Amino acid sequence: MSVLVDKNSKVIVQGFTGGEGTFHSQQMIEYGTNIVGGVTPGKGGQLHLERPVFNTVADAVKSTSANVSIIFVPPAFAADAIMEAADAGIEVIVCITEGIPVKDMIPVKEYIKSKNCTLIGPNCPGVITPGQAKVGIMPGFVFKQGRIGIVSKSGTLTYEAADQVVKAGLGISTAIGIGGDPIIGTPTKDAVELLMNDTETDAIVMIGEIGGSYEADAARWIKANGNKKPVVGFIAGQTAPVGRRMGHAGAIIGGKDDTAAAKKQIMAECGIFVVESPADIGEKIKEVLE
Amino acid sequence: MNIHEYQAKQILKSFGVAVQEGIVAHTADEAYDAAIKLKEQFGSDFVVVKAQIHAGGRGKGNIVGKEQRGVAVAKNADKAKEIAENLLGGTLVTIQTGPKGKVVNKVLVAQDVYYPGASATKEYYMSVMLDRSQSKNILVYSTEGGMDIEHVAETTPNLIHKETIDPKVGLQGFQARKIAFNLGCKGDAFKQMVKFVTALYKAYDNSDAAMFEINPVLKTSDDKIIAVDGKVNIDDNALYRHPDYEAMRDLAEEDTTELEAQEHNLNYVKLDGNVGCMVNGAGLAMATMDIIKLSGGDPANFLDVGGSANAKTVEAGFRIILKDSHVKAILINIFGGIVRCDRVAQGVVDAYKSIGNIPVPIIVRLQGTNAVEAKKIIDESGLKVFSAIVLKEAADLVKKAVDGNI
Repeated sequence: MSVLVDKNSKVIVQGFTGGEGTFHSQQMIEYGTNIVGGVTPGKGGQLHLERPVFNTVADAVKSTSANVSIIFVPPAFAADAIMEAADAGIEVIVCITEGIPVKDMIPVKEYIKSKNCTLIGPNCPGVITPGQAKVGIMPGFVFKQGRIGIVSKSGTLTYEAADQVVKAGLGISTAIGIGGDPIIGTPTKDAVELLMNDTETDAIVMIGEIGGSYEADAARWIKANGNKKPVVGFIAGQTAPVGRRMGHAGAIIGGKDDTAAAKKQIMAECGIFVVESPADIGEKIKEVLE
Repeated sequence: MNIHEYQAKQILKSFGVAVQEGIVAHTADEAYDAAIKLKEQFGSDFVVVKAQIHAGGRGKGNIVGKEQRGVAVAKNADKAKEIAENLLGGTLVTIQTGPKGKVVNKVLVAQDVYYPGASATKEYYMSVMLDRSQSKNILVYSTEGGMDIEHVAETTPNLIHKETIDPKVGLQGFQARKIAFNLGCKGDAFKQMVKFVTALYKAYDNSDAAMFEINPVLKTSDDKIIAVDGKVNIDDNALYRHPDYEAMRDLAEEDTTELEAQEHNLNYVKLDGNVGCMVNGAGLAMATMDIIKLSGGDPANFLDVGGSANAKTVEAGFRIILKDSHVKAILINIFGGIVRCDRVAQGVVDAYKSIGNIPVPIIVRLQGTNAVEAKKIIDESGLKVFSAIVLKEAADLVKKAVDGNI
């Protein structure tokens, strides 16, 4: 079953013909993702990577029955692209774009509430269900099939976690890179909830970082729901200084509640198996399953 | 992007927010002239001289080696000149600057707004920011203005109010009135406060700000409501549509090494530790800093080289990290996905040779595509570079380096 994307997903690429869009579309096609076409306004009717290009997402949905979209549109136009996908009836929207102004994302978050869609990102590596579909920019070979779900704000740290899970003799059901911006479509709790309800996921790796309250919210939800599956947690940034942005727009300590230590404490209190070192994720997940 | 108080007030004023008026001065003579002008304009001999640095706590901060606070009242233009002389070129240490302090290059000579009159003056606190848990903007306000708001939040949280702004309709009149009532404003002050709050939110919304903090907002003795201080942070991602704000950036307030890193498209934050690091990806970079700490060292920096870890970026990264004389070892941690590890390894070797002698041990951890080939390139390079594939091995090597065992 897995979550969000699988072999039945029909994926379109917004920003299909651009540099990033082209490169990662090729990678996704090679992986076996069912890319059914793409959207670049003004280039409708052309073929790109042997797939049709459409002017609008609505046209693409009409012709291809696409239900998933991945967005590589530049930051100034990405908020618009998300809303276009939501309006066209796309069910899972994955926005890779980094650098969207917060002011543009506030109305997007409001707009998609009334639509039947799940937004992943922005500023994220995407979603992968190994062996079925890669809708993202992650290196596919790292993610071997299995029964561990991964939720993470970061790109390479997700790959690191996946690699450790695989080296521990396990595999991944679905890995969800939720994104490192202050406003994202699917907060940690919602992504964890998807995996908690997935019959093909036995345990969850939850990776967060400094800034905001998403990890604490997720931890409290996990406890309130009876800790149904073991969750291994890690928070990056225990050495980050207050008030400095650590790469991700959302990775900034605002007060005493969103430090790595504060988040880890709440997670531990809620029954999450917190690791102090990011090198211990793989071993810990193996240990909690035994 | 942070800006100075005087720039924040320019933005506020452009949206109709009443502010304490002032004139920027770069020299003591300019400060004298500014005080004279303010006297002509407002009729009072008194002015306030305020150091302009990107840090709060100026009023309680002190200039190194002098008995001079960062914000001081002058009873006349001569006094203003004297204070400006003390401040300009001096290093101001406040609770927010850290012990190193910040050099004062400009002062704001501002009107005296605490003049006596029909009613008592009153200070409030007000800020506008994104509430990340709601993905909506909120207006935070309190009757306890003019003091450290975090202290107020801890000791008397009931005195801090929050008003959520519905993104569909923006700040409404009833909300502005509620705020004015909750702050206890009456009569003309009430009307002025409603106007102030409305203009403040408009300024925040239209300037693509990430944060506005006005502390204090002052009710004057003649019932005017004005912003006496202003801390404004503009969303970096939105600067492309505000070239006028982008021009307000003061490079003198920023770390020179961080500026150099930006020129190379490297995301670098200087820290105080002894182990440098270079990583691809922000999350993994933070995690790598944590590994350094757990291995007994302290991270000297955050450095995300992004998706393009090649010889050029690695060399730039080396040069930037090595500017810091406290660095005793460097850990490079690259998870090669689409970028191949053997190419990164070759990049490390080339960068090392290009720089010549690097005086500290380098630990290179390359994992992902072609990691084994990469390790071979490093091991056979003959350089003082130690290779690892698994994160744990890298952590152990960092520990050895910190202990002086490699």
